[in-house]
Parts: sequence; structure tokens; C-alpha cells
Amino acid sequence: MENNVSKSQIKVLIKNNIRQYTMFIALISIMIIFSAINIKFLSPRNISTLFLQTGYIAILTCGIVLVIVAGHIDLSVGAVVGLTGAIAAKLMVTMGLPMWLAIVLTLVAGLVIGIWQGAWVAYGNVPGFIVTLAGMLIFNGLLLLVTKGGATINFSQEFKLIGQGYLPTLFVENNVNDMIPHDTTLIILIASLIVYIIFEIKKRSERKKYNFHVLSVKMFVLKIALVSILISTVLGVMALYKGMPYSILIVIIIAGVYTFITNNTAFGRHVYAIGGNKEAAKLSGINIKFRTLMIFASMGVLGAAGGIVYGARVGSASSSAGAGMELDVIAAAIIGGTSTMGGEGTIAGAVIGALVMGTLENGLLLVGVSTEARMIIKGLVLLLAVFVDIKTRKSKG
Amino acid sequence: MNECILEMQNIVKEFSGIRALDDVTFKVKRGEIHALVGENGAGKSTLMKVLSGVYPHGDYSGKIIINDKEMTFNHIKDSEKAGVAIIYQELALVKQMNIAENIFLGNELRGKVGIDWNQAVSRTEKLLKDVGLEDNPLTKIYQLGIGKQQLIEIAKAIAKDVNLLILDEPTAALTETESDNLLTILRSLKEKGVTCIYISHKLNEVLEIADTITVLRDGKTICTLDNDEQVSEDTIITRMVGRELTNRFPRVEHKAGKVILEVENWTVPHPEIPGKNIISNVSFQARQGEILGIAGLMGAGRTELAMSLFGAYGESITGTLKLEGVEQRFTNPRQAIQAGFCYLTEDRKKSGLVLMMDIKKNITLSSLNSITRNMSINANEEIKVSNEYMSALKIKAASIEQTVDHLSGGNQQKVAIAKWLMAKPKVLILDEPTRGIDVGAKYEIYNLMNKLVEEGVCIIMISSELPEVLGMSDRVIVIKEGKITGDVNFEEADQKTIMYYATGGK
Repeated sequence: MENNVSKSQIKVLIKNNIRQYTMFIALISIMIIFSAINIKFLSPRNISTLFLQTGYIAILTCGIVLVIVAGHIDLSVGAVVGLTGAIAAKLMVTMGLPMWLAIVLTLVAGLVIGIWQGAWVAYGNVPGFIVTLAGMLIFNGLLLLVTKGGATINFSQEFKLIGQGYLPTLFVENNVNDMIPHDTTLIILIASLIVYIIFEIKKRSERKKYNFHVLSVKMFVLKIALVSILISTVLGVMALYKGMPYSILIVIIIAGVYTFITNNTAFGRHVYAIGGNKEAAKLSGINIKFRTLMIFASMGVLGAAGGIVYGARVGSASSSAGAGMELDVIAAAIIGGTSTMGGEGTIAGAVIGALVMGTLENGLLLVGVSTEARMIIKGLVLLLAVFVDIKTRKSKG
Repeated sequence: MNECILEMQNIVKEFSGIRALDDVTFKVKRGEIHALVGENGAGKSTLMKVLSGVYPHGDYSGKIIINDKEMTFNHIKDSEKAGVAIIYQELALVKQMNIAENIFLGNELRGKVGIDWNQAVSRTEKLLKDVGLEDNPLTKIYQLGIGKQQLIEIAKAIAKDVNLLILDEPTAALTETESDNLLTILRSLKEKGVTCIYISHKLNEVLEIADTITVLRDGKTICTLDNDEQVSEDTIITRMVGRELTNRFPRVEHKAGKVILEVENWTVPHPEIPGKNIISNVSFQARQGEILGIAGLMGAGRTELAMSLFGAYGESITGTLKLEGVEQRFTNPRQAIQAGFCYLTEDRKKSGLVLMMDIKKNITLSSLNSITRNMSINANEEIKVSNEYMSALKIKAASIEQTVDHLSGGNQQKVAIAKWLMAKPKVLILDEPTRGIDVGAKYEIYNLMNKLVEEGVCIIMISSELPEVLGMSDRVIVIKEGKITGDVNFEEADQKTIMYYATGGK
């Protein structure tokens, strides 16, 4: 009996989350294939590189999820990344402002850009596609202006840490060769395991209180074990190498905040309602215009955050920075289950989507696939992901 | 040759067990104008959809005979080939295209290479003359008023060599002069041998133009009358509403309290036709603890009235709205909801619910503030509240986490109502609250309305079902073409009086 219940529960669980699970399974399969071809793929060094490469895309993806869920699109993401990176460089290197101040001002610049675009969409009723297409041109122009027609500005070592560096150790210096793990990362690992398990147990007991269906004890333990292994693997790999990169810490914080926004705030709920049924949202008293402005404002701030992390990673600001990045970001969100029709999508899914794209790029490079072939493969994966999405959606309805 | 151009014999059409057409027989003589009348939902549109092939052969039972030949239409194209053309209330013209392009859309005149536009334009000129228009065939549709667009639809039908022209509420959106013009054109077409089926709620027009009148009621043919001196609006109305009232409505005596809503000289300009008002000079009051029914035919402006009061429709509105004695002008639904003025939309799927969201998210959508603490929605509170509404309204679903798209119509409607109950309304407008739901769920919704009224809520119910309006309301106001034409207490109201006011009788 117990066994039957578990089986049907698994079925329900899989059915309800099929999209995220398929992407997750796809991610794991891709990783297994790459490591089978070249074992170096799984080396802590490469995995760390993979995370660093994916970091800024993941940050931007969190923002675009809101935009796409609300039924809009943002084509200016890459241009905003380039421009804000250059602004940060100007402020710090040319004008000599302290780093913290430069970062704050850059984020404010992102906010202004977001409000500018959001105002056109929300109050000017210009489609987001057009506003951000225009934005792409405008911000690219401004980027050339700021960089004086293409000069490259190198960042300070201190700033580069944001995109390239790792959290400092607390007690013992870590050592990759002697397998001495990174203590700060280990502490984060243990802390997050404890927080996760407490959170799950609390949630389960609450659901029980309301007579909601919960997983059987066996399944519950299995689920916790699987997720714990996952967390341990990811953080453990980092601990065994140089520790957790700053940029990944930023991704985790932003993804956490955005998960909270989408799941637990009225704003998040409104975004889904607007994307799901604009007319019903309006007649339910939702201030669609202001919400739209907020969505683009958030995208602008994250664009600046992406610009900072990206600039720090490549070490300089240049006129070509960020070019075409919006396509990677949109693709990541959509691969991660964000519906192009609006109304559906999750932050977790989108981050997994970003990892899928990042893994493909990294793995294909590692096994020696040429640039041209990499582009073709990524394009086909996007196409396939959306096709699968439409198919599974149809069978649901 | 038979004198009948069209005979529809014993037509039966069911929608999931409910008979929309029950053994309907309908005969149209060659060269006449034949009016088809009946209440909302009597089956007129369904019958015309059967005739035009929207419902394919086999989807209904019975025979369609045109010019002595039995027809089996599987598609609108088939009926067009047989010379049947139908012009719907919502015009099907492409606004960005010009007149000539629209008239020959899907029916393009082929030249040696591509389309022969010269021929199309010259033929369009001739067709326009037939319907009394002198516009340039290259004029874009959006530059023309609704009246002219209606005539272009007719020209388009004539271009396809139509024998039988069906007009569904052609004058609903027209001004009086435009309507007169249209009737003149129809008479001249009749002289040229075009037979016409004319569907209208406006009985004065029907009496003016029709040779024969067929009345439908509850999916049955009631009678076919020759339009002579003996026929009056009275005779038609009696036949339209002659239904027995059964006890389907739980009438409870309500104790009306003080006036909570006062509307004075409310006027809303028509969004597309300059100079025409969609609501003109409407004034009424509603009290706490009563149900005010708003009756009227489709297109009379009932929904527009409610939506404009709610802040969701219309521009440059004039007039005043007082809620609890305080003058208000809601410019968006949010303000209205905050003031305790809520509106249940007539189409729950299109504008009431977010179908892909679950029950609890739909219920709390308008009241998230009340369950939000420190920026965060209190998940436990949300579950608790939603469960309460789910059991109070007897919403049948696996759990409040089920998405609403697969719920039955009645349960969806209950979710939509629960959303407004949670917003704690003082005035609740229910627009077609029982449309498309089964009898059991209807009865539950009526009981719920009574309970709310007992708690002191003022309910305004817009309904196209006369028995419902009469069965539930304490007072009924009737709207015709954006104006209030009648205001009666339920004791004095019967279907005939209301139909009188709704169709413009005196």
C-alpha cells in the first residue's frame, strides 16, 4: 500500500514539475556526456570556470523571467550590460571614485535605464519589443560615447575579484593540491544544508496542518537526501578547488531574493496575473502600468549588476562588451520553462536554463568543437526546448 | 419551382445534453424579408449557425432545403457557394484594407498576372451604388463609420451573388438615420430579388420592414405571422415571453436599508462613433440589503454602464456617482475596489479569472494586501482564507491548489465570486452571474446572493434571463440603447412589461 501511494505521488510530483525536472535531467545528462568524452570536464577547476562563466547570465536571467512572465521582452539586456560596465569603469578608473560608491552609482544608472524603458512601455503604450530595440541602439551609442569610440578601460585588481575571485578563508589556508578544503565554503555548505532541511520539515508540517497532501515519510526523506546531495556536490566541488567565487555568492543571493519576490510578494503575484490574463488582472484592481514600470526597473538594476560582474570577469570595459548577450539570457529563461506566452516561469528553472546554456558552451569548447558548430548546437537546443515545452503543455491541456 | 427559397425542417441541436434547438421548422419565401425574433438565448443565432454551416452537417439533426435541394454544409464556404451570406453583429472587415480589397477578400479577381485591381475597383463602384454609397473604393475601412461599414458588408455579400442574405442585429450599433438608410437599402435589394432574414430586437423596425415574422422561444418555433394590420408589438412580445414561471428562485424578503449608491446623469460617449452616447443620462439609486436587477437586451449598454461606474470603461464620462453619500469618480478598478465597489465580469474566462493560476491565488488576487505582512504574503493565512471560501461556497475541487482552467463553469464562477467576497464589497455588481452554469449551481448562487443581501451588501444584478431578473430582484431597471426606459418593483414587474421597456414599447 505504502509503495503504491509513493508511486502515485511520484507520478503527481513529476507531472506537476515535468518541465523543471526534464531540464534538470537534461543538464545532468549533458554533464555526463561531456565528462565521458573528456574527464577534465568534471575537474573542480573546470566546474568553477563553468560557474564563473554562467554567473552573470544567471543574474540577468532572474530579471528577464519577470519581464517575459508579464508578457514583455527585453532586447536591450546586452547593451545595458556593456553600458553599465563602462560607467563603472569610468567612475572608478577615470574619476577615481571608491569602489563601493562606483558600484552603487552604477546600480542607480541601471535603475534609471530601467525606469526609462518601463515608462515608455507602461505609460507610453509602446510595445516592449520596440522600446528595448530602440534602447539597444541608444545604449550602444552611449557606450561608444563613454568609451570614446572604443577605448578599453582596465579595471583594478580589487574590482576584478567580483568576477574572478573567491571568498577568503576564515581559519586555514586552502590548498588544491593537498586537498585541504576551503573552510568558508564548507561552513556555507553545512549552514545551507541545515537551513534547507529545517525549511522542508516546517513546510511539511504546515501543509499537514491544512490537510494538504504531503509526500510519504519515505519519499520525503528521499527528496531531502537528493537535494542535500546536490547542494553538497556543487558546494563541495567549490570547496575542493578555490572556494566559492564572489560572483556565485551574488547569483545565489539574487536568485534567492527573486524567488522570494515571485513566490511570496503581492508584486510577484501581480506579475503572473498580468501575464496570465491582463484583462482579469486589470479588473481585479491591479495597477498594471506601475507594475510594468517596476518590472523594467528591476531588469535595469539587474542589468547593471550583470554589467558589474561581467566587467569584473573580463577585467575591462570595452565597446563590444555585452553584445548579443540578451539572446543568451532570453534563451536561458525559455529553456528553463518560462512561457513565451507569459504567465508562467520560475526563477529556479531559469537558473537551471542558464546552467544548461553555460554547460553546453563550456563543454563543447572543452571537447574541441568549433565556434560555428557551438552556435548551431545552441540554436538547435533552444528550438528543441521550446518544442518540448509546447508539446508537454498541449498534453496537459 | 417551390415558393420557398429556404426550408429548415425539424432542426434539433444539442450542446452537451441541453437542447438549444428543439424541432425547429423555419420557412422563408422567395423575395421576402423575413424577421426572426426571440429573447436572448431563444436560439436565433444557433439556428443561423446551423444554416450557414458553422455547425457542420451531422452536428445537428433535421433537413435544410434550399431551392428544392437538400443541403449538407460542412463549412461556411459551402453555404456561401449556395448563395447564403450572413452578416454578423461584429463586422468582419479588415480595417487596414480599403473597400475594394475587403469586398473581394478571399474571392480575388484574377488577372493575367496577380489580381486585376482595375476590374475590382470598377465593380466595387457599382456595388457601392447598389447599397447607396458614393465613397471611393480605395478608402480604408477605418476611415468609415459603423453605418457605412455595415453597408459595405452587404455589398460584399452581393458581390458573391447572394440569394439569401442574413442580417444579425444590423442596426444595434447604428444611429437612427443610419438605421433608416439601411432599411431603405434592404427594401431596394428586395426589389432586385434578394431574400433577407432579418434578426432584430427592435420590434418597431421589424414591424416596419418585415413581410413575415417568425418567433422563437426556448429553442422552439412558436409561430410564423404575416405582417399585416393585426400584428403589433404586443402580439409579438406575448409570444416571445409566453413561458411559465416555475419556482426556480429562492425569493426571500429583503429589508432594504439606506441608499448606498446614487448615480445621476451618467453619460458615457461611444468609444468609436463620435456624437453617439453608449450610456446617456442614466440616473438610479440602490439601497443596502436589496437586489437591484438591470434588464435589457444584448447591446443595450448594461455591461458598459457597470464597467464605466467601476472605472474600467469609457472616456470623458459625465455625471456623478455617490457611494455612501460621498461623490466618487473611479478612474481605475483599484480605486473602486478599495472603496468597496466590486464588479463580477460577464465573461469569467476572458476577464474574470487567471485560468492558469490555482484557486487560492485567484481568490486572493484582489485582496493580497489583507494577507501581506512585511512585504511577504502570509502563505498560511492565504490557505486558511481560501479554504474558508471554498467550503462556504461549496467549490468542488481536489484542493485549493488546483488550477481553475479545468473546473466546471459553476465552480469557476464561484471562485470568481469568492474573489469579490474576500474584497468585502459594499456594492457588488454581478454581470450575468449564472450564465452557462447548471441549475444546481445557479440555485446555490441565488442563495448566496440572498445571504449577502441579508448581511447588508447591495447587489446589482445584470441578467439577460428575464425569469432570473424577475425571480431574484427587489427592483428592476430596464435599459434600452443606453437609456433607462423602465424602473419597476418586482411585484409590479412581469416579463411582458420588461420586454415592453426593453424593446422600446410604450
